[in-house]
Amino acid sequence: MTTLVRLRPSAPPQRPGRIAILGAPNSGKTTLFNALTGHRAKAGNYPGVTVDRREGDLQGRFGADDVRLIDLPGVYSLEPQSDDETVAVRVLEGGFGEPVPDGVVVVVDATTIERGLPLLAEAAGLGLPVCVALTMIDELKARHGQIDTEELQQELGVPVVGVVGNRGLGIDDLGALVSSPWDWTPGPGLLHGAEAKTPEDRFGWAREVLGACRRQAPEPNRWTRRLDRFLLHPAIGSAVFLAFVAFFFQAIFTWATPAMDFLSGLMDGLADQILATLPDTALTRLLADGVIRGVGAVIVFLPQIVLLFTVILFLEACGYMARAAFVVDRVMGWVGLEGRCFIALLSSYACAVPGIMATRTIPSPRDRLTTILVAPFATCSARLPVYILLIAAFIPADPVLGPFTWQGLTLTGLYFLGTGAALLSAAVFKRGLLRGATLPFYLELPPYRLPRPSDIALGVWDRAKLFLRRAGTIILAASVVLWFLLNLPRRPADPQLSVTENQRAVLEGSYAASAGRLLEPVFAPMDFDWRINVGLVASQAAREVMVATLAQIYAHEGEDGEGLGVLLAGSGEGGAPPLLSRPSALALLVYFAFAMQCMSTLAVIRRETGGWRWPAFTFAYMNGLAWLSAWLTFVLASAAGA
Amino acid sequence: MDRTLAEVADASDGRLLEIAQVTGTDADSRRLREIGFCAGAPVRFIRRAPLGDPAMYELRGALMSLRRSEARRILVHRAGA
Repeated sequence: MTTLVRLRPSAPPQRPGRIAILGAPNSGKTTLFNALTGHRAKAGNYPGVTVDRREGDLQGRFGADDVRLIDLPGVYSLEPQSDDETVAVRVLEGGFGEPVPDGVVVVVDATTIERGLPLLAEAAGLGLPVCVALTMIDELKARHGQIDTEELQQELGVPVVGVVGNRGLGIDDLGALVSSPWDWTPGPGLLHGAEAKTPEDRFGWAREVLGACRRQAPEPNRWTRRLDRFLLHPAIGSAVFLAFVAFFFQAIFTWATPAMDFLSGLMDGLADQILATLPDTALTRLLADGVIRGVGAVIVFLPQIVLLFTVILFLEACGYMARAAFVVDRVMGWVGLEGRCFIALLSSYACAVPGIMATRTIPSPRDRLTTILVAPFATCSARLPVYILLIAAFIPADPVLGPFTWQGLTLTGLYFLGTGAALLSAAVFKRGLLRGATLPFYLELPPYRLPRPSDIALGVWDRAKLFLRRAGTIILAASVVLWFLLNLPRRPADPQLSVTENQRAVLEGSYAASAGRLLEPVFAPMDFDWRINVGLVASQAAREVMVATLAQIYAHEGEDGEGLGVLLAGSGEGGAPPLLSRPSALALLVYFAFAMQCMSTLAVIRRETGGWRWPAFTFAYMNGLAWLSAWLTFVLASAAGA
Repeated sequence: MDRTLAEVADASDGRLLEIAQVTGTDADSRRLREIGFCAGAPVRFIRRAPLGDPAMYELRGALMSLRRSEARRILVHRAGA
């Protein structure tokens, strides 16, 4: 244990002491924070900005008084340019209606200590008590480097503790230290650095400080060099990158499916059970069809989101994510974005909600906003049920070439359509609406490291909670509202009619049907009738709701046992006319590829951009584009006699 | 441009170079200087991305990647000058 000489009696705190943890990205800050708080952090957001906020109490551990730790976003400097830096500076200056922190622990990676000390000088320049946590000292030793923490402490005057966050070394010392920030008194060395005004001065000061200590700089990280030679090789590196993308899709679509099917089956079974056991009242149906199936529509995405973030956080922590951004940066540069935007767009193929949440790693606010605005074009998994229904019904399964069929090509084409729309819109936004000064592009490539499973689990848990709370409440509320729209106004059941015929009568007289009829002039050019329009209204809660709604509307149109697709295409044996012509079906497919039909995505955009302006814009431009493209598709397909 | 200076963007071998200055307006160059690309710092070209851009540099013990447009603003002392 480091014994501290108490220079002056510590002022008894009137409230829990608040200690901010400051450090560069990849400095081991999060691992350190998790180790100190014993994995009991509270995650949240700063008001008005979308920077992750994490706080945790020491709760008397390490013999410490009541101390609250604030994990600041990873920053290179306190000169505010990005959202992250603005938040870090505001917290340190006592913003957000909170008092100024009582002290700052500056986390410095011991293997790149020269790069971490300037941040210490900046923090000291704010006049706050500071101390230093030197992380990665095990890695420093492994690479035959050395630093004398005692000497560094003497040079700076403030406590310096060497820690290995993932093995708990030094954590007790640091934990004991943070309860008495009143004792951290900077020496002349640090005060000199605190006066530095330019980056050159601060880096120069860092060299002076290190020059006065016994220190052996670490050798280059051989493992990282070796892996990079392979993973960033012009040919092999590109192949690895493509394999990474394929693996990503595989994980999202294949591995998550059993869990998703299980959950939706579970919720459907529960709803059916309720309908079968409870008396058949409106309340029962609201509970089963509105609430239970509404909850089901939310949690069905949970396996995918958990899997998605596990993969993302794992690859991020082990160092490959930055390499993937490095490899793909040039391609993203063609549309005015950068490598990090690719990761967010890729996630959007599962669901735009986590994709938009993943834009937080993009430092440039303009690039970030552009990515948020175009992410909903990515073919998310909620579009798939609609695509599959319409393609199976209207596109022939005839082979085109080899193993490729028209159906398969149509589905692939829809993926390309979404991707193309996202990239083109990004290029348009970056050249027009969001043109202007950008931050210079820089991307740190951290050494490859073995991630700590508990850090990843904690990160996944935080994001899953965020998804359930934000998206979940919106989808649930929307599905309850939708249930009312589809079932009101109430009408007495006609004993002459069967149960399904009665249900259909309710539906045809419902507010949703009125809305569908009201929309008829809008969608008449594509030949959508009011029933398709009801589906479009319903799919505003979540796209996949379209299938269930159409099934409900068309439940009585044809012979028993005929599937919805057969009914739509009029391909049944009864010779019933098609309910949707093929040009209309193609138009509907294109409409779904482009339209903004997801309340939860709009809610997330609102939260991430801090207002209704951008979600309203996204809604307008995407639906406008969807309508135009659908109309064009209808005209072209009709002309071609499809 | 000073004939004894070269752009770090043109570096293609692993020699250790010393940064002489970062050009551009203060707001533009400030970020590059804050992450450590400032006068006097040793920098080493490591490799280019598979598609040729950006490139990876070793700077103060860390690996940093810059696009060509940024790397052209970092001037280094020409070898032997």
